Amino acid sequence: MLLKTNRWKIIGLIFASLLLLLLMCGSIIYGYTDTTWKMAWDAFQFNNGSNEHLVITTVRLPRALIAAAVGFSVAIAGVLMQTLTKNPLASPDIFGVNAGAGFAVVIGITMFSMGNLQAITWVAFLGASIAAIGVYALGTAGREGLTPIKLTLAGAAMAAMFSSFTQGFLVTDEAALEQVLFWLAGSVQGRKLEILLSVLPYLIVGWLGAMVISPKMNVLSMGEDVAKGLGLRTGLLKVCIAIVVILLAGGSVAIAGPIGFIGIVIPHVARAIVGIDHRWLIPFSGLLGGCLLLIADILARYIIMPQEVPVGVMTAIIGTPFFIYIARKGFNAK
Amino acid sequence: MMAQAIETKELTLSYGESIIIEEMDLRIPKGKITVFIGGNGCGKSTLLRSIARLLKPKTGSIYLEGTAIANMSTKDVAKQMAILPQSPVAPEGLTVLQLVKQGRYPYQTWLKQWTKEDEKIVNDALKATGIEELKDRAVDSLSGGQRQRAWIAMTLAQDTDIILLDEPTTYLDMAHQIEILDLLFELNEKENRTIVMVLHDLNLACRYAHNIVAIKNKEIFAQGKPEDVINSRLVEKVFEMECEITTDPLFGTPMCIPCGKGRCILKQRVSAHA
Repeated sequence: MLLKTNRWKIIGLIFASLLLLLLMCGSIIYGYTDTTWKMAWDAFQFNNGSNEHLVITTVRLPRALIAAAVGFSVAIAGVLMQTLTKNPLASPDIFGVNAGAGFAVVIGITMFSMGNLQAITWVAFLGASIAAIGVYALGTAGREGLTPIKLTLAGAAMAAMFSSFTQGFLVTDEAALEQVLFWLAGSVQGRKLEILLSVLPYLIVGWLGAMVISPKMNVLSMGEDVAKGLGLRTGLLKVCIAIVVILLAGGSVAIAGPIGFIGIVIPHVARAIVGIDHRWLIPFSGLLGGCLLLIADILARYIIMPQEVPVGVMTAIIGTPFFIYIARKGFNAK
Repeated sequence: MMAQAIETKELTLSYGESIIIEEMDLRIPKGKITVFIGGNGCGKSTLLRSIARLLKPKTGSIYLEGTAIANMSTKDVAKQMAILPQSPVAPEGLTVLQLVKQGRYPYQTWLKQWTKEDEKIVNDALKATGIEELKDRAVDSLSGGQRQRAWIAMTLAQDTDIILLDEPTTYLDMAHQIEILDLLFELNEKENRTIVMVLHDLNLACRYAHNIVAIKNKEIFAQGKPEDVINSRLVEKVFEMECEITTDPLFGTPMCIPCGKGRCILKQRVSAHA
């Protein structure tokens, strides 16, 4: 733990918030269309309708806000899942929640030609719920109940199943593929502010919910038996966790497609900085998650300029080495 | 009649279809140390877990100081009875102080977060278990005995009259086993707390328990003072092992010597049934 006292943790939290704001500004300014800090300022003060001003207000601003909100949400979902399952590799992408939401949205858009944002959001929640319930049911089946290894296997299986469904479905329908491919890779580009606004209320409920249950997460992290002995209603808490995860992960997928690795990597980074108290860990992970997705998104614009890499690919490039590191560390510890 | 801390009535416990404990009427006296003994898989841990409401009974009920646990809020139960499960695992990096503080969870509400009284009780718990100096260390960096003390301190911070412990000495070496049992004995002597635990070592059970409950075939085989109930016939039935019972030379409590095999360095081996 880097920040040991509460005072340093508060300073850390303020610093992370400022970093997030700075990166949002960076996201507004850097990219293929040359813009400057002054142009960005002007665009919001007195928009003259120039190309640059238009790019800033209609493309870059939504993109920055979406990256921040999605990164924030996915990282918190990761924290909750890792504590719930006592598994350092748990996250919405590894456990198939993203894949489930993704599949549901693909079906919704292509088969039922859904255009309504609310409808797509709810379809994403539905897909995320089915995947989450499926993983949990498979992970708890059998005599010894829920074990981390069974849960991980169930998650991997569920993720593979839903990705295969999605692929199989898209193979038979090329027009649909065109429509959803970029979205499926995970991207915050080319999305309108309305998409964010339609999902934002659910995300906010998720964020607040995560903060409300944070002291109880600390109790749960000591093990189910200890938590029950201390008078925690673990069943109820698990339902709350599931709802929050589904809102955050499903909502994020509805906006940006399945973005991987943030949910798994960020909780570990945040724990190294503020420790394991969820009252600090949850907000801190959220802020860092937003920062990482913004950084990944800014870099994604420069790698093969003027083309862009989907940000999901960027987070994978950043996250994979880290994933391997955690996996090795986790298995050595056992 | 002596006051009962815990009582079960026609308690039946099961895992799925298989019955573990059947229609058990058990009374655990207040202010005493009670130890459950029995062979592997006899259901003694299951019984303890169900008393601690970690496992729902199939039928029957459990009473805590006369009130059915099923009718109490789980937080109220946690203010009267603490449970230390078998080999609990603290999350990586949790400090001893953070661990012990969690013991105050049942007393915290939205309005009342952390008070001076909480602080005092946590400090007392650290003191009673002798781990004040370790309070800023990570629990996973402690030795087995220290770690178990930290967990016991957490249950003490719960400030309950009744403490349940599931095999609190498992995985500890002999010195640390005695250290933990002495600590629990003192808590009973000085603060008159009711202690209920599962122990594997019959000799230590006889030494520390006021009341022993031997479990066999889903029911109570015998209950009472160790010196009254422990004899070679009981051990043969409950543990399916031949033995001889003598007296502990230091404490006078029953001591079990298994017959079994082994190197004999006596001129002539004394027959078990001589």
